[in-house]
Amino acid sequence: MLREIGVASIENLFDSIPEDLRLLKRLNVPAALSEIELLKRFGDVSALNTAASRASFLGAGAYSHYVPTVVDHLISRSEFFTAYTPYQPEISQGTLQSIFEFQTLVCQLTGMEIANASMYDGSTALAEAVLMAERVTKRSKVIASSAIHPQYLEVAHTYVQHAGIELQHSPYCTDSGTTLTESFAALDDQTAAVVVQSPNFFGCVEDLQALSEKAHASGALLIVSITEAMSLGLLRSPGSCGADIVVAEGQSFGVPLSFGGPYVGLFATRDKYARQIPGRLVGEAYDKQGRRGFVLTLATREQHIRREKATSNICTNEGLIALAATVYLETMGRRGVQQVAHQCTQKAHYTAHEIAKLEGFWLPFSAPFFNEFVVRASTEAAPLLEKLANERGIDGGMALSRFDSNRPNEFLVCVTETNTREQIDALVEGLRSSV
Amino acid sequence: MEPNITKVTTHISHNEQLIFERSQPGRAGFSLPSLDVNEIPLDEIIPHEFQREDDLAGMPEVSEVDVVRHFTRMSSWNYSIDQGMYPLGSCTMKYNSRLNEKVARIAGFANLHPLASEAESQGALQVIYELQKHLAEITGLPGVSLQPAAGAHGEMTGILIIRAFIDARDGKEASASRRVMLIPDSAHGTNPASAHLSGFSVKTIRSTTEGLTDLDHLRELCAHGEVAGLMLTNPNTLGLFERNIKEICRIVHDAGGLVYMDGANMNALVGIARPGDMGVDVIHLNLHKTFSTPHGGGGPGSGPCCCTKELEPFLPVPRIMARTVDADDEHRLKSMLRLDFDYPQSIGRVKAFFGNYGMMLRALAYILTHGYDGLREATEAAVLNARYIAHGLVEDYDKPFAAPPMHEVVFTDKRQARKGVHTLDIAKRLIDYGFHPPTIYFPLIVSGAMLIEPTESVGRQELDQFIEAMQSIAREAVVNPELVLNAPHTTRIGRLDEAAAARKPVLRWKPVAPRAATGDR
Amino acid sequence: MANVPENLHYSKDHEWVRVEGDTAVIGITDHAQDQLGDVVYVELPKEGDEFAANESFGSVESVKAVSEVFTPVSGKVAEVNQSLNDEPEKVNQDPYGDGWMIKIKMSSSGEVDSLLTAAEYEDFTKAENE
Repeated sequence: MLREIGVASIENLFDSIPEDLRLLKRLNVPAALSEIELLKRFGDVSALNTAASRASFLGAGAYSHYVPTVVDHLISRSEFFTAYTPYQPEISQGTLQSIFEFQTLVCQLTGMEIANASMYDGSTALAEAVLMAERVTKRSKVIASSAIHPQYLEVAHTYVQHAGIELQHSPYCTDSGTTLTESFAALDDQTAAVVVQSPNFFGCVEDLQALSEKAHASGALLIVSITEAMSLGLLRSPGSCGADIVVAEGQSFGVPLSFGGPYVGLFATRDKYARQIPGRLVGEAYDKQGRRGFVLTLATREQHIRREKATSNICTNEGLIALAATVYLETMGRRGVQQVAHQCTQKAHYTAHEIAKLEGFWLPFSAPFFNEFVVRASTEAAPLLEKLANERGIDGGMALSRFDSNRPNEFLVCVTETNTREQIDALVEGLRSSV
Repeated sequence: MEPNITKVTTHISHNEQLIFERSQPGRAGFSLPSLDVNEIPLDEIIPHEFQREDDLAGMPEVSEVDVVRHFTRMSSWNYSIDQGMYPLGSCTMKYNSRLNEKVARIAGFANLHPLASEAESQGALQVIYELQKHLAEITGLPGVSLQPAAGAHGEMTGILIIRAFIDARDGKEASASRRVMLIPDSAHGTNPASAHLSGFSVKTIRSTTEGLTDLDHLRELCAHGEVAGLMLTNPNTLGLFERNIKEICRIVHDAGGLVYMDGANMNALVGIARPGDMGVDVIHLNLHKTFSTPHGGGGPGSGPCCCTKELEPFLPVPRIMARTVDADDEHRLKSMLRLDFDYPQSIGRVKAFFGNYGMMLRALAYILTHGYDGLREATEAAVLNARYIAHGLVEDYDKPFAAPPMHEVVFTDKRQARKGVHTLDIAKRLIDYGFHPPTIYFPLIVSGAMLIEPTESVGRQELDQFIEAMQSIAREAVVNPELVLNAPHTTRIGRLDEAAAARKPVLRWKPVAPRAATGDR
Repeated sequence: MANVPENLHYSKDHEWVRVEGDTAVIGITDHAQDQLGDVVYVELPKEGDEFAANESFGSVESVKAVSEVFTPVSGKVAEVNQSLNDEPEKVNQDPYGDGWMIKIKMSSSGEVDSLLTAAEYEDFTKAENE
């Protein structure tokens, strides 16, 4: 081949790179491993992750749910996972039709009118929703509840720091655990949006109807963020409560925990904001013979056309994970999602009731919850949970001190359909015998 | 079948409807164990007004076999890397190793919660730490964050770092006058979009007739004192190495700015040259390009950000650091990995948790599978393949830049346009020949651009088939242009009316009467 | 050859102006719509919005491109062609008639004199293409 193209040697291929920039020695990375060696290496390393194979009551933004076998099989089809972004629709209809179904499912679950093809995750989707609210209302103040997942708030701050947006926090009620409308005292005609999470970081269900009325009275948008998307199987849709933008983490729908990623951000809003929504959109289209197909559309919002005036800089999103969520939702279907949500809340309430009966443990918040709740102990939570893990092999929850040093005795417990009665009873027994 | 087209023929392609159109009430595709706790009436635990109001109406009800057939049939409509070459410039569509998929699914990784304790996630942290180390070595830039979830996200991170550095160096007042980001006219659209997100305005630098950055124009723009930095792709989006890169970096540095490199084209550099040595201050990488993680039909990606030691304090938190513990106990790890949040100058978090962790596993597996020799050989093959295509097509297509290309080459439709055949038509006709089209109409500075990047994952046979296909289309453009103008002919749907789709967007299925024109029931 | 009606004024940004008393009717030229391709969306201002000459008052979108549109004259928007919301293709089909975009009550009637005549505009577009 070199001869054919008239190049003397492989080194000459790089003649356009100045000599003083060419690496003289080889890269200081390991020598190549064979398949057997590689699998052994990763196997040994993975064994250090002792938390991966235990009973777990960890939630707080990532949730352990049952994933039907077909999900991984279908997303592992070559034609899906080794395919490119569907810019050439004639040979990408598999991807495009799947995304159209995904967009539809997101609308159905959130009760909204349009949804995009995905964002990176729930946290960045929230940040982008804040930016969108500013674009739509042309106002620069945004008030976010402090009961939103702390990492989500951090990401939002990173995104708005140079965008000319003032992101304020509003308090939550320490009795109910929710964000009351009274918290939004700073709401005025300069406010672009009010942001809440429901169920919130403490697992409490927010009164979205009341919050949307409060926001709209000042001409502000209501942005609802959701970390446990399975709650949509049981709770009233944010859309029907008056939300203007709904963003969520879709990991609960058929996506493995995988130490935090890849996950999938859901983004849904009203039809009238279609041209302000970030991310890719798939729409219905027809060819000359009247055959229906699907195509990436409204691309003029995006970076490759609008460049610095784009609604977002997002390009690659979470295509295959959105596909996993789509397969999950279609396999579980209407009844399956309802049943999973039902089991989550029943098991969670059973767990909460049993823990509340124990001496030295309380449930500090009075608001209703879906599948996560805060427990307050009479001792420090972090050592308590560590003991539970070491002695009983149970991850009993997440110590809130991890995010807030003012809350040393509290921990967040999450229960899903994957937690058996045995595990729950073992958790309760473990807590009882710890004091 | 046409005699010129030998690579492909036709096969069954189902007319699979939307899942909602095949849904039947009562069908189910799942099985759950029964509830093993006493059931409490829902109204007692969730107030009625907070409960779901619509019974999830419209969501599909299908059986498992329905789901399997549905997606299997739809998948058959897709082209994919496993079927053949994707000559997409700037996308680096190389082979997605199955071994990497297996690694990513190892239970100890796949089932690990991101908030599990540090002590019990050491394996997971080790993967991050190792990958950071290797990417630092490959780029020559020691500060690494794997938190960004895609290239554009990594870009935003890099530009925010530049902004934070300048604010710290000059003080808020002085830095307020340094808000211009210089971007070449050939840049990817995410570049100006990311700059804008970080509060910069954009000034465009011209390219020379050779296709390289115009140094005089760069000097001119830098003379104004308002320049915070330059965003550069190298090799650039024309596939040409910016041989004056050191001078370019010097000009920007002298003017008080920093140099950001868009690492999308690293496939031409790995093991051969390092951005850190060129004077680049911060770069983003695309694990889903250079490091083979699968494209997935539009993600997930991963866009690590690598920077100089000077810029390290500004990287996102948490950072994964090693802490040396007692060497006394020989059964314990010599050093334990931990999450370090103590970086007061950090730009903050750009994503919840750690980034697209599953892609990090795959990228590390890629690096370890190739090793130091393999990585360099991949780069050599990538450049050789592109050079071979350039050589093969130069007789039939207009090649606007004389310089030998690196891993990708750009051609135009100039000659074919004389017969009324344009880049879009050539791209669509290539589909009939069994190939995915190259990147078209990018970069914007080349009219009718076709940017071709074969990557190293193509053998000579397929390269020859591609060249022959392109040559055949060039002939068709002359003797039978209609064939090209109406392509593709062998796909299940033809060219779609995108204007109509954009005028009256239908972005979801709704349970009402469909449009009259649905023909494929 | 693009259509360039005699009785109109033109700008170098490819907008046309038809003067009706103290009101300027504004749209984009046949040449412009041809370059843009099928128009899918037109972003228009609100009645009462004020603009200076050469300020952008909105944008026109095709599938793959966006172009800002600039008003050649200063004034206040008196009327907006709302029918373009549902039928943006009018900009392609009848750029000088049904495809009109806004009507501006001119704040200074002399501004139209510095615009191009039909002949000057034709020469201008010819030169641009070379």
